[in-house]
Amino acid sequence: MKRTPHIDRKYLPLMVTIALFIGLYLYGMVQYRGFSSPQVFYNLLIDNAFLIITSIGMTFVILAGGIDLSVGAMIAFTTVLSAYMLENLGLSPILVIPGVLLFGVLFGATMGAIIHFFKVQPFIVTLAGMFFARGMCFVISTDAITISDPFYRAVALYRIPVFGTGFISINVVIVLIVLLAALYLAHLTRFGRTVYAIGGNEQSALLMGLPVARTKILVYMLNGFCSALAGVVFSIYMLSGYGLYTNGLELEAIASVVIGGTMLTGGVGYVIGTVFGVLIQGLIQTIIMFQGTLNSWWTKIVVGLLTLVFIGLQSAFNSPRFIRRAEARAIRAEADPALEAAK
Amino acid sequence: MTSLSRGWERIRNAGLFWPLAALALVMLFNLIFTPNFFRLEIKNGHLFGSLIDILNRGAPLMLMAIGMTLVIATAGVDLSVGAVAAICAATATVLVGNVTGATNMPLWEVIPITLGVALLCGLWNGLLVSRARIEPMVATLVLMVAGRGIAQLITGGQIITVYYERFFYFGAGYLLGLPFTLFIVAGVMLFAWLMTRRTAIGLFIESVGTNASASFYSGINEKNVKLLAYVFCAFCAGIAGIIISSNVKSADANNVGLYMELDAILSVVIGGTLMSGGRFSLAGSVVGALLIQSVTTTIYAFGVPPEVVLVVKAVVVLFVVLLYSQPVKVALDKLSRRRGVRA
Repeated sequence: MKRTPHIDRKYLPLMVTIALFIGLYLYGMVQYRGFSSPQVFYNLLIDNAFLIITSIGMTFVILAGGIDLSVGAMIAFTTVLSAYMLENLGLSPILVIPGVLLFGVLFGATMGAIIHFFKVQPFIVTLAGMFFARGMCFVISTDAITISDPFYRAVALYRIPVFGTGFISINVVIVLIVLLAALYLAHLTRFGRTVYAIGGNEQSALLMGLPVARTKILVYMLNGFCSALAGVVFSIYMLSGYGLYTNGLELEAIASVVIGGTMLTGGVGYVIGTVFGVLIQGLIQTIIMFQGTLNSWWTKIVVGLLTLVFIGLQSAFNSPRFIRRAEARAIRAEADPALEAAK
Repeated sequence: MTSLSRGWERIRNAGLFWPLAALALVMLFNLIFTPNFFRLEIKNGHLFGSLIDILNRGAPLMLMAIGMTLVIATAGVDLSVGAVAAICAATATVLVGNVTGATNMPLWEVIPITLGVALLCGLWNGLLVSRARIEPMVATLVLMVAGRGIAQLITGGQIITVYYERFFYFGAGYLLGLPFTLFIVAGVMLFAWLMTRRTAIGLFIESVGTNASASFYSGINEKNVKLLAYVFCAFCAGIAGIIISSNVKSADANNVGLYMELDAILSVVIGGTLMSGGRFSLAGSVVGALLIQSVTTTIYAFGVPPEVVLVVKAVVVLFVVLLYSQPVKVALDKLSRRRGVRA
C-alpha cells in the first residue's frame, strides 16, 4: 500500500478547511446551474469583504491568546460615524476615512492597554467595548443615515473587470491588500513571531525577553484598525450608516477563525485559513440561496455545527494519542525512509 | 483607629459590600434626582411603582444570573443563555398557539415540555464541556450561534403572538399583591441555595472551579459537577424565556434574550464571583442583576433614549472590572495598610 506524502501535523486543520471549501464548491457546481460562473466566486468576495478584513484582525488577537467581542459594534460605529461626518458635518472623505481609522486604532489600543495593565480578561474588556461602541452609534444617530457622498458612491459602483470573466469591487482589492499585509506581518516579521509566542505561552514569551506588553497592545490596535477598515468597506458596500448593522458579527468572525483552523487557545493557526473560514460561511449562504426553498436561518445552524466540528477536529489533532502517533511516524520515517514509504 | 480600619477592611472584604454599595448609590441618586421613584401605590390590590418595576423586569436577568453563577464558579462561562431563552420562548408560544383565549395544549404540559427543552440544551452544553473537553466559551458559543436559528426554525421565522390569558400569568400576573415573577425567582433562588449550601454540591463546585484536576484526584466527579452546572444554568434560562414570552405575549426568535448573556455574566462579576472560578455568591449575583436593572430603569426614567443605556453599561462594566482587577486591589490594600500603620 502506498503512503500519501507526509504532511506536517500543523498543516492538517488548514488542509481540512481548504478541502471542505473545495468540496462545497464542487457540490454547488454539480447541484445548481449557474454556480460554476466565476462571478459566483467574485460575489463571495464582494459580499464578504468586510467580514474577511475583520476576521483577519481577529486572527491575530486569537493567535495571541485573546479575544475581541467589540468588532461588530465597532464596524457599525464606523459606518455611523463616517455617515455622520460625511452627511451632517459635510466633511471630505479625505478627512473622514483616516479619521475613523485612527479612532479604530485608538479604541483598540485603549482596550489592549486595559487588558494588559489591569490584567482583566479580554473577554470582559472587549464586551464593555462592544456595549460602548454600540451605544455610541445611537448617541450619534438613532436612524440610518444614507451616504450620498460622490466619492463613496463612485467607489461603491466602480467595477473592476477580471479577464473578461466577471468583475470585482474596489472593496475586494482592499481585502487583497489587507490579506497580503497580514500574511507578511504574521509570517515574515518579528511582530508575527512574537504574537505566536505569546499565544503559545505568555510566561515563556516574557522570559524569552520578547516585548509582550507592546505586542499585546499592538494586536488589539491592529484589530481595532481592521474593524474600522471593515467598517469603511461596509459603509461603502451599504452606502449608509446604521447602529443596528452587523449585529453579532463578532461571533461570525470568531467562527471564521475557528473554522480556518486557528486554535482558540492561541499560538496555532494561519491567516489564510481564516479567509477560507469566511468563504466557507459565504458559500453555505450561497448554496442555501441557490437551493431556494431552505430558510436563511439554516445558515446559522450549519455554521454553528461546522464550528463545533472544527473544534472537535482541533482537540482530536491535539490529543496526546494523536501527537504521539504522528511523532512516532515521523521518527520512523527519519530512521528508515524506505521502510516507511513501503508501508 | 486600628480596630476601625480593621473593621473597615472586614466590611470591604465581605462579599456583598461592593455590589450593595453600588446599588445604594444608584438608589441615592434616584432619591435625589428622580421624583416619585420610591413611591409605591396599590392599584387593584397590586403594588405599583418603580421599585416593583425593577424587581419584575429584572426577574429574567436574576434567574439567568443565578444559573450563570454556578457555571462561572466551575471556571466556565455559558454564552448560550440568551439563545436558550429564545428557544424556550419559541417552544412555549408555539405549544400554546395563537388561538384567541385558548391553548392548544394544557399549560401543565407546555411548561414541563419547555423546561425539558431547556434541560436538553443544558445537557448539550454540559456534555461538550465536561466530556468533549471543549473550552466553555467556545462550546457554548456554538449554541449561541445555532440557538437563534433553532428558535426561528421552531417559530417558522415568524413572531408568534399568543392570546391565552392564563399563560400571561407567569410574566405579568400578581400573587399576594406582588408580581408572580418574584415568587419564581425566590423559588429558584431557594432551590439553588439549598442545593449548594445544604448539600456538598456547592463545595464540589467551588473545588472544581479552583482546581479541576486536584478535585478529580480527591475523588470528586468533576465531569458531573460541571454537567450539573450547565444543566442548571440552561434550566434557569428556560424559565427566563417563559417569563419573557409571557410578559410580551409573543416570541420573537431574534430578540428574546438578546445580549442577556452579557448582562448575566456582568451580574455575576459585579456580584463578586471571579471569572476564574472558585468561590461564588448567589446573593451577590442577584444584587448584581438588580443593580443592572436599576441602572437601566433609572436611565429610562430620565427620558434618555434606551440605546444610550449601552454606553452607561459599558462604563459601569469597565469601572467594576477595574475595581476588581488585581493591580487595583493590590494598590487599595497597600493604601489601607499604610493608613493602618500610621494610626
